[in-house]
Amino acid sequence: MACRGDTGERVDPLCGQRTASSGSAARRHLPRPGRARVRRHGLSVRLWHWVNLACLVTLFMSGLNISNAHPRLYWGEWGFESARAWLTLPRFPGWMTIPGHYSLSAARDWHLLAAWPFAGGLAFIWLTMLLTGHFRSDLMTRRSEWRPSAIRADIVAHFQLDFDSADGKLNFLQKLSYGIVLGVLLPGMVISGLGISPGIEPLARPLIELVGGRQSMRSLHFIFAWSLFAFFVVHVTLVLLSSPLTQVRDMITGGRHAA
Amino acid sequence: MRRRHVIGSLGALLAGGCSKIGDSAAPVSLFDSAERWHKQAQRLLAGRYSLAPEFDRSQVSPYFRGNGSRNVDTPEYAASAVSGFADWRLAVTGLVEHPLSLSLDNIHRLPQRTQVTRHDCVEGWSAIGEWTGPRLSTILRGAALKPEARFIVLRCADTLAGTQYYESIDLIDAFHPQTIIAHKLNGEPLPVRNGAPLRLRVERQLGYKHAKFLTGIEAVASLAGIGGGKGGYWEDRAGYQWYAGI
Repeated sequence: MACRGDTGERVDPLCGQRTASSGSAARRHLPRPGRARVRRHGLSVRLWHWVNLACLVTLFMSGLNISNAHPRLYWGEWGFESARAWLTLPRFPGWMTIPGHYSLSAARDWHLLAAWPFAGGLAFIWLTMLLTGHFRSDLMTRRSEWRPSAIRADIVAHFQLDFDSADGKLNFLQKLSYGIVLGVLLPGMVISGLGISPGIEPLARPLIELVGGRQSMRSLHFIFAWSLFAFFVVHVTLVLLSSPLTQVRDMITGGRHAA
Repeated sequence: MRRRHVIGSLGALLAGGCSKIGDSAAPVSLFDSAERWHKQAQRLLAGRYSLAPEFDRSQVSPYFRGNGSRNVDTPEYAASAVSGFADWRLAVTGLVEHPLSLSLDNIHRLPQRTQVTRHDCVEGWSAIGEWTGPRLSTILRGAALKPEARFIVLRCADTLAGTQYYESIDLIDAFHPQTIIAHKLNGEPLPVRNGAPLRLRVERQLGYKHAKFLTGIEAVASLAGIGGGKGGYWEDRAGYQWYAGI
């Protein structure tokens, strides 16, 4: 997750901390050691990022084990035979699943335990982003960014592996993908997960009816999960293409480089 | 300032987590804690007696899948099935003032509830059926629970892998208005694959809690010492969650 260099005087909520930098143009790109003190990622973002990664990996891998119990997806309220399924998933091998052998009960244990820090962490990061203004200043898109010419320029820049926007903040495609992940896919995982729980169903009923039934909700749970997996692949690929060691180190330390 | 706050709350979180692990013999109990949090959170948020959705008769699945044990492999059961289960008895025992032994005829004469509900298997599939039977609460009131009763154990005629099937629920679920002892599916006597002649319907939990081939209802103070002590066949045998609301 990239948050570009901070400017000298202001306190950037994502990048988080007060920075005492010289105001040179270097900050607009990846921090260069020895040039400025720059913090790219605030503490709350870094904490959440790694806790969220651990939760998502656990949820995804235990989810694949649960998927093996009944690998067919349906739309509507019910479904149990292949004739009604819109998709039959492959059987996921042990090395992809938690635990490493087929155990629906153990996979559910891991899945339902990891769901708590996952949902709590999501609530935490949203509260933090809204309270500190990080969401408004760094993630919310501006109307000008939606111009086709601006989007085209952003895509071209991406293909040239130039991910830095002119003002040193997230560019449009980054805002859009992080917005979809934070605003749609991650909350969607929580809501669709609760939506397939028979105990919570009386509460979630309007949402379940909105998507067409419990089995539709279950299908969405899988679709959101695989969308997050696709994001993960792109996210990691882009990190690997753009100085991976610096990126990972900055997401751990915050990316402050001594002057 | 903000940073100190974040570290402080994280510290509190970790301390809480560690004491939880510290209290327990194995990390397994963290899973048990999560199960308890789910139960409490669900009952807090959705309410103890809110109803599972009921559907229109037209939404019933054309066929209701049978799963788990689909028959009872004894000559007694086969003979009883031939007679339409005329000799079947449902014993109500344990911590009750008035132990009962109900025939199917007795069950039919109680006030009946019919509900079209969706059955959600823990594996992920669902089916919709129309169930008819008396409320479990009606039977429990007739037997009059003793004050020390805390759980209802469902005794079953079927065996899986050589072990007698059983299940248990707490009194909140036992007295839920949709918890019934069903003897009809879609207006017909319960098919054998779905638990003839009597099965539990506890609509806000997953399929394995809905014990089939019922022979007894037993009120108990504790689940320890019953079966493997974890409250049900799948709970004992494979570590399934006792609270199956999620």
